[in-house]
Amino acid sequence: MKTKDFTKGIVQENPVLVLALGLCPVLAVSNSLKNAVGMGLAATFVLFCSNFLVSTLKGLIPSKIRIPCYIVVIASFVVLVELYLGAYQPALNESLGLFVPLIVVNCIILGRAEAFASRNGILSSLLDALGMGLGFTLALVATATVREALGNGTLWGKTLLPAMRPALIMILPPGALLTLGFLMGTFRWIQGRRHPL
Amino acid sequence: MTLLRQIGFIAIGAILVNNFVLHRFLGLCPYMGVSKRTQSALGMGLAVTFVMTMASAVTWMVYEYLLVPYQLTFLRTVAYILVIASLVQLVEMIVQKTSPSLHTALGIYLPLITTNCAVLGVAILNADRFLASEGASGRDFLFSLTQGISAGIGFTLAMLLMSGIRERLERMPVPKSLKGLPVAFIAAALMSMAFMGFTGLVPEGQ
Repeated sequence: MKTKDFTKGIVQENPVLVLALGLCPVLAVSNSLKNAVGMGLAATFVLFCSNFLVSTLKGLIPSKIRIPCYIVVIASFVVLVELYLGAYQPALNESLGLFVPLIVVNCIILGRAEAFASRNGILSSLLDALGMGLGFTLALVATATVREALGNGTLWGKTLLPAMRPALIMILPPGALLTLGFLMGTFRWIQGRRHPL
Repeated sequence: MTLLRQIGFIAIGAILVNNFVLHRFLGLCPYMGVSKRTQSALGMGLAVTFVMTMASAVTWMVYEYLLVPYQLTFLRTVAYILVIASLVQLVEMIVQKTSPSLHTALGIYLPLITTNCAVLGVAILNADRFLASEGASGRDFLFSLTQGISAGIGFTLAMLLMSGIRERLERMPVPKSLKGLPVAFIAAALMSMAFMGFTGLVPEGQ
């Protein structure tokens, strides 16, 4: 039972590619692999901490004001991440920009607090957070790999093929929507072949 | 005159050039979730415009009169999200009491707006762009308000265009694995490419 809490977020209920949650950061910061990994780790950290706190406090939070309570919990951890990035990773903070404070309104984090952590034990919630965080990071990394390789001709800052002329459109906003659309389609196609309806 | 020019550039910038949905990627969850029918797209767009305008005004006051004097600007994210959440509640209650017909039109969309990243996004963008300079001034307030309204209009425009496309897409022979969201993303990519044609309407540094 416990392993399923962890693994379901990676493929079966992948927050981005299957549930279509948390799309804004996936599209906005996937123009380079470094940004994608940074964003994935930051969101996973916040998700991990908020799931822990919400599942610990689930008996104490009155159900009528639970959403504001969850938001405050999430926002406090986001401020931690903001201050840490500003102090130790200024370059990453600069390129993620607006999307660091916007982790607060990432639907995945509030969604997991509401749908999972408020109903399950601490250990299950932590595993769920790790799995969902990993699924989010993998979707981000997949999008970023395609975009950086095609749009800039590099991966993690290293040139792939010196002779290739990069297609600039892929690192501009339209490339993000296009990549995610085809990635979602491919994901569904593979899943459809594995479990025919 | 220069003030009017600046306001015009901010408005055009937020509606067309840096459209909140298609260029900045803010508010994509409602954009993809509620754009299946034109009626609901319009309702959502209007509700977001309303809340964005109010949020721009209120967060400006919170920033200038609460966070800056007490040197609490690092708590901006927490303060803003709380202000927006209570604002949405307040707006919902007021609309329910004063205009039941508007409430039935906007009703179900209002609670969703709390977690709409476009609203928090516009508040943070305002703070980064207009409030970094020293001291509170009426000009900053005016600019923030303009950006709030224009961002909402840009969001509504993108929603409406998208809902028209999606109503047609439903009747098209789309490959099975691309049906629904994936093909909507591809359509949005083409729209975003078209919106890139507006680049250059606003001069650099405005």
